[in-house]
Amino acid sequence: MLNIPVLRWGEPYESLEVDEIKHFYTGEPVAKVSQANGGIVKRDMNKAWKCRDILRQFPIADIISKLRVAADLYETGTLPMGDGTQSPDDFVRQQSSTTGLPESLCKANITKNSFVLRNMDKIMDCLTRGLDLNILTKGWGMEHRNVIVSYQCQAPVLGAVLPSNSPGVHTLWLPVIPLQVGLALKPGSQEPWTVYRIVSAFTQAGIPKEVFGVYPGGHDAGGALLEALDRSMIFGSAQTVEKYKGNHRVQAHGPGFSKIILGDDEVDNWEQHIDIMAESIATNSGRGCINASGVWAPRHTEEIAAALAKKLGPIEVKPPQDPEAKLAAFTVPGQGKGVWSMIEADLKESGVKDMTSQYGERLVERELCSYLRPVIAHSTSPDTAIAKKEYMFPFATVVKCAEDQLLKKMGYTLVCTAITKNEKLIGQLSDATFIDRLNIGPIPTTRLNWLQPHEGSIIDFLYRSRAYQVAGV
Amino acid sequence: MKPEVIPAAELESRVKTAKEKLDAHAYETVQWHFHDSTGSPFWLEKKRELKFDPLKEVKNFDDIKKFPEFEDEWLRGGPIDRWVPKGLAGQPVYVFETGGTTGIPKSRMVVTDHWTDYENFSDTLPDKYFPRGANWLMLGPSGPRRLRLAVEHLCQHRGGICFCVDLDPRWVVKLIKKGWMEHLEAYKDHCIDQALTVLEAGHDVKCMFTTPKLLDALCQALEKKGKSFADTGITGIFSGGTEFTPQFTRFCVEEYFGGPPEESGIYMTPTYGNTLMGLACSKPVSKEEGYKISYYAPQPRAVVEVVEFDNYNQPVGYGESGRVKLTTLTKEFFVPGFMERDEGEREQPYAAYPWDGVSGVKPWRGIASSTTVGVY
Repeated sequence: MLNIPVLRWGEPYESLEVDEIKHFYTGEPVAKVSQANGGIVKRDMNKAWKCRDILRQFPIADIISKLRVAADLYETGTLPMGDGTQSPDDFVRQQSSTTGLPESLCKANITKNSFVLRNMDKIMDCLTRGLDLNILTKGWGMEHRNVIVSYQCQAPVLGAVLPSNSPGVHTLWLPVIPLQVGLALKPGSQEPWTVYRIVSAFTQAGIPKEVFGVYPGGHDAGGALLEALDRSMIFGSAQTVEKYKGNHRVQAHGPGFSKIILGDDEVDNWEQHIDIMAESIATNSGRGCINASGVWAPRHTEEIAAALAKKLGPIEVKPPQDPEAKLAAFTVPGQGKGVWSMIEADLKESGVKDMTSQYGERLVERELCSYLRPVIAHSTSPDTAIAKKEYMFPFATVVKCAEDQLLKKMGYTLVCTAITKNEKLIGQLSDATFIDRLNIGPIPTTRLNWLQPHEGSIIDFLYRSRAYQVAGV
Repeated sequence: MKPEVIPAAELESRVKTAKEKLDAHAYETVQWHFHDSTGSPFWLEKKRELKFDPLKEVKNFDDIKKFPEFEDEWLRGGPIDRWVPKGLAGQPVYVFETGGTTGIPKSRMVVTDHWTDYENFSDTLPDKYFPRGANWLMLGPSGPRRLRLAVEHLCQHRGGICFCVDLDPRWVVKLIKKGWMEHLEAYKDHCIDQALTVLEAGHDVKCMFTTPKLLDALCQALEKKGKSFADTGITGIFSGGTEFTPQFTRFCVEEYFGGPPEESGIYMTPTYGNTLMGLACSKPVSKEEGYKISYYAPQPRAVVEVVEFDNYNQPVGYGESGRVKLTTLTKEFFVPGFMERDEGEREQPYAAYPWDGVSGVKPWRGIASSTTVGVY
């Protein structure tokens, strides 16, 4: 069994408090993870200012080339991990064993992270909209049109309180090191693996270990990070997002409520788009904020729901090692049952119909975990409770909603795929401030273009554009 | 400081003597609380519901198991007078509260128990680090809790003067629930500012009571000023609560104090207790024992037992985990078997405290997920 220490600016620290993480299916211990107390985190953050100084000793282009090496190491290398080592196969097995994700999905997430690391030059070019990266290092510089521009770094370190559910979120903090900002990360209690492996790959590729702090721990450790640093991100529930609303120091990532909408002009062609709807709902076992939890259309909604139910409803629970496994487990005791109870209550509301009930029981309980098989509901109104719900498994409600009511009723949407050619509707969706990523045309909500800034641009968060004038003396 | 070690036979003898003392004390306490001339209205009324006569059938501590489980709801709401034993009628009464973030808090009446508890606790403090006559800083919740008066009395009992800074935990919980994290920080800073003002005002403060979170915040604030905890001149710290963990102790000793007491001159002792029980003292904590923290109740005035999670009358084996059960046995207050919201491991008796202790105290698993812990 691995012993995984706290990393205090690269230095391993074995705490007296240890969390033993266990295999979700067998209950066998997988690793002992040292736990940081809040005081340690805050005390270490007093030295955060050093990180930017260290990273600015390396030109950004040099860091980006190191990240290409890190991408290969992350994907294929056997890397130091706690008091042992970890091959890619070990990583997949370990991540699956504690998160409940099937091994095939864990493998797929490796590709996402290594793609981002390998293509960091293009991603930085996109994120900065083509800025000469030396301007970020120096703080100011001359643009090609002969105008001085200045970008001021707002924090020497970015803090991140990370979740256990979706390894894909790690792509959000990968560009931070080439932005010459250090990282202080609190990994999710069931998913320390990605954070440690990426940090290990970074340091093996030549990024100084002193710019990484990794602080597994309880709420105390996460709270300390958010409190001590000028810029942090946190992943959590709608309540978490509400808690940090208006706090410019914290970027809160919550549920996505991502949706596919079909315009009046295209809805009669709905059958052509069933595959992208199903992919949007079920990819990565529906765990991500970018998974669609709603399909909204003015008509044919019951037929759409029936077709989605027919496609997704029969998906069975399979062991995590099975390459055909598509469903992740709920590893917290009672969670699957609790979620199913909430859904059952919502399904009783007038105008709501369970379209997947004919494909067998949805709740599948095992000795130490539980599963929910895909659920597709139909709602004749956008005002039902189920139309506003999102869960961490393949779940969606097909909502009947007139096109002229769509913008009033759809609510916050992280990713919106709009299947329409109606320029007026496209214009309204483009203007809607409650929509983050917008896909026009049949693009699955889960298919991200890495050359577009994701939810909450990391550049806008870490750098401030400001006036800067220079005169000779 | 190392715990005293004595031969096994001597320890056995001390355990036996302590048990005899406890049995006699339990008998006397029950006689007092259930006798018509001295008992409290609450217990005299409750006596009528019991299926046994406490005056005749409680002869030792084990007989206290005959009482049904003490319901903490009995402590919520008034009238508070029903708890005052007739034998103490006419004496000035204090009321102390616990909880109160939502609904009616639990109340406990006190005449002088809080003073006695802290006088007894005083005997366990090493004079080298808690000098007699030294002034104290009390940095923590006062309000309706007993801490301020008790710590102040401890200080006065030892010949010093106590400076107090209040932190209202009920307001802190509200800030957390509302998500007003910046207000929370501002409030904490406000409290720490006051503590620093006292410490920098030339009052020769050498001892303090505080909570782990506030101690941490104070040390942080000092470091931001380019100072260390040693610069305050404080040599003795007494603190408490489930957040006072071995890891927290190690962190303070290694990173804030500059080493163990013999090197740094700073000694910190944890305590465990509450308004109902009084103070349980800790066996001296050392690096050699992995900073393990074991608490021992002030027997015979109070008893801590570690019992099975599904049978509160059955103690667990030594080293095993169970729920913490408190019994309070004073002339002012009788609580037979109050189930604490904590769990821990049962510890062996040792020389200074020849009765069972509890280590590894943490929120009881039955409620851990729904409790806001460590608010101050």
